Amino acid sequence: MTETVLEIDRVSKSFGDNKANDAISMTLARGEIVALLGENGAGKTTLMSILFGHYVPDEGHIHVFGAELPPGRPRAAIHAGIGMVHQHFSLASNLTVLENVMTGTETLWSWRSETGRARAKLTSLAERFGLAVDPDARLGDLSVGEQQRVEILKALYNDARILILDEPTAVLTNLEAETLFVTLKEMARQGLSLIFISHKLDEVMAAADRVVVLRGGKVVAERRAADTSKAELAELMVGHRVARPVREAHERGASVLEAAAVSVRIDGVDRLKDVSFRLHAGEVLGIIGVSGNGQAALARMVSGTLARSSGDILLYGEAIGDLSVAGAIAAGIGRVPEDRTRDGAIGEMAVWENVVLERIDEPRFSRRGFVDRKASIAFTEAIISGFDVRGGGPLTRTRLLSGGNMQKLILGRNLADRPRILIAAQPARGLDEGAVAAVHARILDARKAGTAVLLISEDLDEVIGLADRIQAIVGGRLSAPVSTDEVDARALGLMMAGAWKKEAA
Amino acid sequence: MRFERREHRPLALVILTPLLAVAAAMALSGLLIAAAGAPVLEAYWRILVGAFGSRLSATETLTRATPLMLTGLAAAVAFRARVWNIGGEGQFYLGAIAVAAVGSRLLADAPGFLSIPLLLVTGAVAGMILLIVPLWLRLKFSVDEVVTSLLLNFVAVLVVSMLIDGPLKDPLAFGWPQSQAVPDAAMLPKLVARSRLHWGVGIALGLAFVVHFVQSRTVFGLKSRAAGLSPEGAIFAGVPLARTLLLVACLSGGLAGLAGAVEVMGVKGYVTTDLSPGFGYSGIVVAMLAGLHPLGVVLAALFTATMFVGADGMSRALKIPTYIADVTVALSLITMLVAVFFAQYRIRR
Ligand SMILES: Nc1ncnc2c1ncn2[C@@H]1O[C@H](COP(=O)(O)OP(=O)(O)OP(=O)(O)O)[C@@H](O)[C@H]1O
Ligand SMILES: [Mg+2]
Repeated sequence: MTETVLEIDRVSKSFGDNKANDAISMTLARGEIVALLGENGAGKTTLMSILFGHYVPDEGHIHVFGAELPPGRPRAAIHAGIGMVHQHFSLASNLTVLENVMTGTETLWSWRSETGRARAKLTSLAERFGLAVDPDARLGDLSVGEQQRVEILKALYNDARILILDEPTAVLTNLEAETLFVTLKEMARQGLSLIFISHKLDEVMAAADRVVVLRGGKVVAERRAADTSKAELAELMVGHRVARPVREAHERGASVLEAAAVSVRIDGVDRLKDVSFRLHAGEVLGIIGVSGNGQAALARMVSGTLARSSGDILLYGEAIGDLSVAGAIAAGIGRVPEDRTRDGAIGEMAVWENVVLERIDEPRFSRRGFVDRKASIAFTEAIISGFDVRGGGPLTRTRLLSGGNMQKLILGRNLADRPRILIAAQPARGLDEGAVAAVHARILDARKAGTAVLLISEDLDEVIGLADRIQAIVGGRLSAPVSTDEVDARALGLMMAGAWKKEAA
Repeated sequence: MRFERREHRPLALVILTPLLAVAAAMALSGLLIAAAGAPVLEAYWRILVGAFGSRLSATETLTRATPLMLTGLAAAVAFRARVWNIGGEGQFYLGAIAVAAVGSRLLADAPGFLSIPLLLVTGAVAGMILLIVPLWLRLKFSVDEVVTSLLLNFVAVLVVSMLIDGPLKDPLAFGWPQSQAVPDAAMLPKLVARSRLHWGVGIALGLAFVVHFVQSRTVFGLKSRAAGLSPEGAIFAGVPLARTLLLVACLSGGLAGLAGAVEVMGVKGYVTTDLSPGFGYSGIVVAMLAGLHPLGVVLAALFTATMFVGADGMSRALKIPTYIADVTVALSLITMLVAVFFAQYRIRR
């Protein structure tokens, strides 16, 4: 039989009254890839943090290669051969790849730096697992996918034999994700064991040998990937059958937001070139593309945090120059940013403060400069229950919400007021299947009620499911719109690759 | 042993933290007193007697605490919004000299009900200006305000010594570098007759409550906290970052400038270069001791003033140096930082 490398035995952890992990047991075999699935707030990150020694469990034991792991000591975990790739990377952007990999392992008392040996080890690891990176590149200059490669290399450099990845693909383009799974499979083939967390059932089915499903802090099911299906997994996760809502035909209204040949230059680089689109009330316009092609600039420009260099923006038919944040909010534009922990919420502030901050000047939340706490908290409570935000109340520090629940909060804050326009950048990123279905339903409801939705997403299924019309973004340029009902996935794939550009030229 | 961040901080812990810190600092400086050959408990008793033993000493302690409350508030307000104002000392002096200049020239003949408020505002505005400069440099050119506000302290003190040895020099001061005095009508009324205690302490106390209220209840308080905690998040939420931080700088610089104004108008009436025994710098310590809480600033300022005033009494009675007061205040800052750490984290194993 295959050797068991990791054994988690009835591990529990509570935060206050919140039982984040409730007697969880699971094992991991040599050369195995296990996917950890579960709703937002199910306790996945908590369990992995216990494994890596960030948290001390209230009860339970962990054995690694037969030896008991002392609780709450990351160093002991590293020493035992556990490596962790966090969702938010813990690397220093001003250091080189090599320096990043070495920090934390170099002893302070060494006579000379071990750079030479480290470089050799890094290069051989990179070759062995096909993780090409330049050891001397500055980390800040690398793409997100490359930075993740460095995180993995760092774990391998520390002789990890068990690798944990917390939502590794949430920040990757589809192509990067595919490359990542090729690497992960190669690592498993060479005898490493892996646990990865994901909400994307496709990749779970494709990459994992075994799937462990958490719900409410408990293990509710364990399946071999070969013996299960996407539908079953979704149901196990949420506890009931989930189906993404279906878009119904719907008459669209007048054009509410229009860009005419807009370009944006930042530091001499064209982020957007001659971008034109027309967004109508009661429709969803999907912008698809591999991330890094100008989506961020487009989202920021229509959210009011980026000025354009040329071209016109028309709001409700009138040219308005640049949108400001205040102008956007006043005009009834709801904004869901791509990076929720940086732009979308301030972690150290209370949930209610994050909910009302952008509208605090409105008379319902403040009078003559004084915050109306009662009204603000009541509004927040309505969002929490209306959008099923779990894991905290209005006074909770926002940082303590699980990733998916923070996303639901941000969506709720924007949809609660029935915005006339909604800018949604990757709105379902990091959400579980049930929550994705709920968010999609909300977006379609808003559309039905006449909201114009600009959906910026990399997820083809999402865009096909929600959008009436689709434009592709490639290298800062937008294709002409196509009607979703008239294209297939293949045609969209070509659009994302920029096929239309040649025709145009 | 390792540390784990506490997510729920009980109120008792929040209140106990500074008390324990001060107790630990007293215990540590007790070692020094013992090393100097004096009885420790008596030394502390003498400090208390020196600070509160008589009507005179008690009023003296409060007089001393007044500017510390104001400079402490100045630092607390700024640090909350992550504006690192290390320039309290310079703002204090600029506020003081502005009051002396305007008070002795423009408002020399004005009645008190007019000149007192005008002069207080003058001092505050002078302090504001001195902090707006570094903040503007930060917003415009990303120059670190820690450095610029600190260096402006020296500039301000030099400007003051130039003025009081030149255009503002008091011709009747027997050649001492001393500014002309503000008229008697512009002096803050005494709170207790035949003492130095003046109405400035009431101003400082009132402002502590005002600042607390502004921070916890107003839109500006919310926005400035957001700006301090996460500039990106604040910008996305439409908080006007530059304007908010400028307002914070005005509040902070204004409080420090006001400290200078109150000290001139309450105690001496004129400016010398030893008007402040480091009130601006001690304000930073006071703010840290208070955990940046405006009401805590009042208590921390009282503690610091008690140590400084009381140490004189102790030193006279027991023949040990007054430096003990400096050491105790410094030690309590260190123990406070340690205590704050333990209040935020919990030890596991
Ligand atoms: N440090 C903490 N203090 C208090 N509560 C916490 C803390 N960390 C997590 N929680 C709570 O524990 C629960 C489990 O959170 P966890 O982050 O493990 O969820 P998750 O399964 O990773 O969810 P997601 O898919 O949304 O990332 C949530 O209800 C969360 O609010
Ligand atoms: Mg998580």
